[in-house]
Amino acid sequence: MLDKIHLRRSIVDIVVLMKQVPDTEAAIKVNAAGTGIVEDDIKWVMNPYCEFAVEEGLRARERFGGVVTVVSIGPSRAVEAVRTALAMGADRGILVDDAALWGASDSLGRGRVLARVLRDIGFDVVFCGKQAIDDDMAQVGVVVAELLGVPHLTFVNSLEWLDERRLRVGRQVEGGTQVLESGLPVVVTCQKGLNEPRYASLPGIMKAKKKPLEVKDLAGLGLDGGEVGKAGDTTEVLRVEVPPARQAGKLIEGETAEEKAMRLALVLRQEAKVI
Amino acid sequence: MASGVLVICEQRGGVIRKVTWEVLSEGRRLASQLGEELLAVLVGGPGIMGGAEGLGQWGVRKVYVAEGEQFTDYRTGPYVRVIGELARRVEPNLILMGASSTGKDLVPRLAARLGVGALSDCVGLRFMDGKLVGRRPIYAGKLYAEVMCKGVPQVATLRPNVFERLEPDVSLRAEVERLEVCLEEVDLRVRQVELREEAGGRPDLTEAEVIVSGGRGMKGPENYGMLEELADLLGGTVGASRAAVDAGWRPQSDQVGQTGKVVTPNLYIACGISGSIQHLAGMGTSKVIVAINKDPDAPIFQKADYGVVDDLFKVVPPFIEEVRKLKAE
Repeated sequence: MLDKIHLRRSIVDIVVLMKQVPDTEAAIKVNAAGTGIVEDDIKWVMNPYCEFAVEEGLRARERFGGVVTVVSIGPSRAVEAVRTALAMGADRGILVDDAALWGASDSLGRGRVLARVLRDIGFDVVFCGKQAIDDDMAQVGVVVAELLGVPHLTFVNSLEWLDERRLRVGRQVEGGTQVLESGLPVVVTCQKGLNEPRYASLPGIMKAKKKPLEVKDLAGLGLDGGEVGKAGDTTEVLRVEVPPARQAGKLIEGETAEEKAMRLALVLRQEAKVI
Repeated sequence: MASGVLVICEQRGGVIRKVTWEVLSEGRRLASQLGEELLAVLVGGPGIMGGAEGLGQWGVRKVYVAEGEQFTDYRTGPYVRVIGELARRVEPNLILMGASSTGKDLVPRLAARLGVGALSDCVGLRFMDGKLVGRRPIYAGKLYAEVMCKGVPQVATLRPNVFERLEPDVSLRAEVERLEVCLEEVDLRVRQVELREEAGGRPDLTEAEVIVSGGRGMKGPENYGMLEELADLLGGTVGASRAAVDAGWRPQSDQVGQTGKVVTPNLYIACGISGSIQHLAGMGTSKVIVAINKDPDAPIFQKADYGVVDDLFKVVPPFIEEVRKLKAE
């Protein structure tokens, strides 16, 4: 009997999957080869949707105890974003950095890497952003859930813990909200509105420097770069380009605001034919 | 050898959603290029079978239907089980679905189950050496990427409101096959408590033909009434800039931009929105853009097809009256 009580864990293993991306205000330029972007002069930040994921992970720990581990894939610069999560309050970080992953475009490959890390460290609940705002694929969290054989809940903008093993979420759908309940383990992809992410405090930033942050390569995870890296991708980016510029617009002139309003209605009716 | 273009239809409350017609139209075009058949799968609650045969009008040769109480509302587990097993048996060359909240939830999981990556949110599709190439916005539309599928099946979701909807041919009928479904415990771990529809009856931003959007220049939540009036007059919906949402004037679900919704309406009317880079990224592919702003240097005017430099509070009310008159003609 005693053993059973010990086996029932109220402490939760919380994992946050996080990505470093260019700031939303950054001007993005295509590189000379036309296959990616110019990375110089870009301000790199934590993906905004991942901030909601980190915050939700921290709230779960404040309620139930446990450990918040932040996992990311990226080059060495991504250490900064992991440190930001640690400064917000996460306990430890893992960054997977391997040359075989550079230029990889495939959500399945990235999902396989993250699923391996999750299997190794164990998890009860996984939070991630609903999408990264760089490639906008919105797939990795779902792929990870499939590979791990656990349910996923996407576009979550409200979350309530019913007890330490069960949660209820609101999922944003067209014109409404789907309310779902799931037990653990589960993967939750976070939408804006879920919470108000905290800022890293100065003591938090100081503490983060001493928190464990492991950098792993694929070999260290027992993975083959030929399978989960760029070489094994089932999708390939052929070209990246700037969208065609819009033709110069027309200013609606008029003596008064009323006159402009009338002319605008007329051109939309007769010229643009949209009303 | 894999063959056929399989379109995953989407329904809510037994009614097939608009994006499905767009995906069927594009699927038909791609199937004819390949010289392969257009197939469809429809999953829904009791009675859904009734609508299946009519899908033939869109050029679908065969519709696979899973009907049952457990399929009434979309849930990942049961839907992916059904469609995954169908895909393994039928081995389609292409699988297509709308990039709706359902498509974005279902398709990545389905693709992973089938051992391939998927292309999300495509705005154009073509073949190169027989391989599917999707054109898709990245960085919320600041750039576009051309991405090729290398595995089979080739899987993509299509952005709503982008692909041209073909006219149905009422003389055509599809063959219908009922799917026998055996769900497993693991498919049912997520329970739906309720599906809450917002009141108001306006279309969702991602599906709307017309969007009237307001930013910081609206000065407060009390002034959005006139935008709602204009949107209703045009059969559209109301959007907002991040500034307006962060100020608490409008709900987050109204936000247009890189951290909100990316939209492609026929007509986008930006009122009092200066046009930050992240907002422009979210609405830059709208077919016609109108900007009303008193600041002639606002970046929104560089994207606008028609610009009005004036006080929006003096422009919008007479504009509404003029539109009302034109509509009445």
